[in-house]
Amino acid sequence: MKTIKRVQKQTKMKTTLILLSLGLMTLSCSNDDDNPVAVDEEEVITTMNISLTAAGNTVTLSSQDLDGDGPNAPEINVTGTLSANTVYTGSIELLNETESPAEDITLEVAEEDDEHQFFYNVSGALSGFDYVDVDGNNNPVGLSFTITTGDAGTGILQVTLRHEPKKPNDGTLADAGGETDIAQSFSIGVE
Amino acid sequence: MKYNVILLFVCLWGSISTAQECKSILLGEIIDFHNNTPLTGATVIITGKNKQTVSNNQGKFRFEKLCDGILELEVSHPECTSEFITLTINGDTYKKILLEHHLEELDEVKVTGAIANNTSSAQEGRLSLKEVEKYSGNSLGDALKTLTGVSSLNTGANIVKPVIQGLMGSRVLILNNNVRMQDMEWGEEHAPNVDINANQDISVVKGAAALEYGGDAIGGVIIMNPLPIIRTDSLFGKTQTNLFSNGRGGNITTSLTKSYNSGFYIKGQGSFKQLGDLETPNYLLTNTGIQEKGASISIGKRDFLQGYEAYYSFFDSDIGILRASHIGNVDDLIQSINSQQPNSINDFSYIIEQPNQEVTHHLGKLNYYRRFEGLGKLNVQYDFQENRRLEYDVRVGADANKASLDLSLTTHSISTDFRFDSKDGLEVKTGLLGRYQINFANPDTGVRRLIPDYNKYDFGVFGVAEYKLKDNLMLDMGIRYDFSRIDAKKFYRVSRWDERGYDEDFSAIILEDLGTQLLTNPIFDFHNISATAGFEYQFGKETKLRFNYALAQRAPNPSELFSEGLHHSAARIELGDLRLKSETANKVSLSLEKNSSKWGYTLAPYLNTINDFIVLEPTAVEFTIRGAFPVWAYRQTNAQLIGLDASVYNNWSLKIRTDHNFSWVSGTDISANIPLINIPPANFNNSISYRNPNWKNLILGLESRYVFEQKRFPPNINVFSPEQQQEVELVINTPPPAYHLLALDAETSYSIRNKNDLNVGLRITNLLDTSYREYLNRLRYFVDDLGRNISLRIIYNY
Repeated sequence: MKTIKRVQKQTKMKTTLILLSLGLMTLSCSNDDDNPVAVDEEEVITTMNISLTAAGNTVTLSSQDLDGDGPNAPEINVTGTLSANTVYTGSIELLNETESPAEDITLEVAEEDDEHQFFYNVSGALSGFDYVDVDGNNNPVGLSFTITTGDAGTGILQVTLRHEPKKPNDGTLADAGGETDIAQSFSIGVE
Repeated sequence: MKYNVILLFVCLWGSISTAQECKSILLGEIIDFHNNTPLTGATVIITGKNKQTVSNNQGKFRFEKLCDGILELEVSHPECTSEFITLTINGDTYKKILLEHHLEELDEVKVTGAIANNTSSAQEGRLSLKEVEKYSGNSLGDALKTLTGVSSLNTGANIVKPVIQGLMGSRVLILNNNVRMQDMEWGEEHAPNVDINANQDISVVKGAAALEYGGDAIGGVIIMNPLPIIRTDSLFGKTQTNLFSNGRGGNITTSLTKSYNSGFYIKGQGSFKQLGDLETPNYLLTNTGIQEKGASISIGKRDFLQGYEAYYSFFDSDIGILRASHIGNVDDLIQSINSQQPNSINDFSYIIEQPNQEVTHHLGKLNYYRRFEGLGKLNVQYDFQENRRLEYDVRVGADANKASLDLSLTTHSISTDFRFDSKDGLEVKTGLLGRYQINFANPDTGVRRLIPDYNKYDFGVFGVAEYKLKDNLMLDMGIRYDFSRIDAKKFYRVSRWDERGYDEDFSAIILEDLGTQLLTNPIFDFHNISATAGFEYQFGKETKLRFNYALAQRAPNPSELFSEGLHHSAARIELGDLRLKSETANKVSLSLEKNSSKWGYTLAPYLNTINDFIVLEPTAVEFTIRGAFPVWAYRQTNAQLIGLDASVYNNWSLKIRTDHNFSWVSGTDISANIPLINIPPANFNNSISYRNPNWKNLILGLESRYVFEQKRFPPNINVFSPEQQQEVELVINTPPPAYHLLALDAETSYSIRNKNDLNVGLRITNLLDTSYREYLNRLRYFVDDLGRNISLRIIYNY
């Protein structure tokens, strides 16, 4: 009698176990077949436009990388040439062109200017660089600046945007540290 | 040894004669549960009645002149412990008593028995409870490193992935209370989501020989079981706390168990850990704190004949990742490697900020077993797991507090196995497994998914056998088949899709073209076979020779197939490959062991040849507006790992013992003839311990760990540095120099209410505060490893 009872109890238990498992299985299997939604990258910088202006003459440097960390390298464009021995006023614009209309990332950098700094390294036929703007702590930011050209030739401009650098720093990337958001170099003709 | 009874009584005469006459007869029969043969020479005593008899050669016994009513029998056999049986006498009574008479059996046996292996022929290791307690405030990976041949791949001190004989990640299975962990083990910075304090019987099978747990354990299996619960009416608990100087924190863990004579038990356990920023000998490691919470509860009944268990465990960790390791591009990496010092060091803090990872793991299990007389044991199990992983990067603006990666992995498994053990010397086990898994990648992160949404289906069937050919020769073998299907929905960038050449081979799987992205539906099936065969030969009383061959196949994991994106922590673009096939390993291992009370040794060489080995290594450089990034791509090649684990111990006197372990492994990509990446350097560990039971059970130990420099590594890559305007060598593969660490451990026991119920230990690691870097620590580019840590542990049993 007792045995029978036990067996019944076991069978019951087994059935419960199996039912429970099956229940959970079907519950989870009823997962819908909808396709996932695409993610449009936020806070991505796809485009950097620098304009250098002196005496009504504007030269534009641009770097555009629409596939982000995809395999395609950024497309670099320089319109025109700079005049020798001239001081140019520069400004920089950052865009996220994966969104339509394009998002202006420059505003975000301007808002958090104490956490950002642009570094401009000039060489070759470019002879000088100066920051024009400062953040709330009187440290340079680099959204606007001046570049001075030397004698005719080819100049190299390296632009780096650092997030959370040490501020103030001695103006070198090594001292500033932080995380690189942009690193691009341009070769510009000077006539 | 335990045995049990089926209550089966038959009234021969249904007469209800006056009960007080005491004329009833009890006729009993004692039978071996496994093969139904009679057991001779068992002593049967009626407790409190001073009546005793012995079973005859048909296994029968007889008592006369019994009063009707309830009485208790004590049945004992020379090879077994005594068993008490209560039965009702109602007139003349017949009783069949089934004794469990095999030596291994019931899990309770393990308490007293020597090391019970998971297989008879493979190389294995087991942590003693003392070791587990020493590492209670660390992680599973730290504790396992004390075993010869086990090392770890770290991301800092708190993310520790076990490496078995040079292999890790998806090649190492973790069985947590008989549930195979499904916790995104594919990532290098994903540590096992287990609380070392929950299931403290921890052993390792080095290789794929334990087929019942899975066929893809090319590296090995880590088995974590609960400590056995003794079948007696009792309530006992244990509380342990550890305090650390390095990190200025500690942990506490408590367990409480209520058990009954009937085999019923209920056990609860909880742990909490909090550490702040860790320190090297020279500087603080900003944002390296950790907070960990764990809890588990199990309710069950263990009887010889049948038993069940319901188990639930919860594990949650929030781990800070060194701020200085979060970098922007390859120039930042070059700078970090050159500067040798982190560029951001803040004041000490317990606060965990970005970058960090928050992982939660739920595990539930229902298990039932039943033995069938003369046949064997059936086991049925359902388990459920949910793993949620949130990874935070340093982000700006509105996204600053948003996770960059948000994955939920849900797994259901049903498994059943049957162990046939009715024939002496032969044990056969067969089993089935069904598993369903869903991965969901939350798109709200605003970052393209690194791992896509997928559904995965697994089915497995296995058979393993152990045969005792002679008294000193044991054979084992097994075979397993696994089917696995992965059905993913993944977005590809069109540029990446074309660059990989998928437009030619996989155009049929495109579901939708969104302009710059493609939605695809890769479905892959894998059929894997694994097999093992080996023997254990014992010569003399103390020496054993084990030989094992294991064939194992492993299907590529979701990361290997699908990953596509930028890893900030390593400044690298990681690329999976849709064309990957299963990898196939052939491993031969040998182990010669001697164990005597005076001294012993183990010599264990192995050779693991892996075809289509999936390896992740730097292959090229890609340029983005953020600068240059090395591309790390998965590829398949043929690899060979050859190694040796050796250990010796000697008891110089009753009080002094020394231990010496050495392990070495060499990994080669034999197709390209270059060394494999991330192969642990050889290490040599020596320890001396002094114990004196008369001085409060004092145990003093000095441990030395010497890690050699890894001289075999793949070549570094050259990258163009926009900052330096030239090609530079990225010293990303060059290992750091050798190092030597000392640790001191002292413990004593005190008796508060019971004997030795309080244990107090002091442990100092990196005793000399040595500055060093470890090859298998992913943060070695940025910072030194940990400095001295003084810890105090207190264990109280009640």
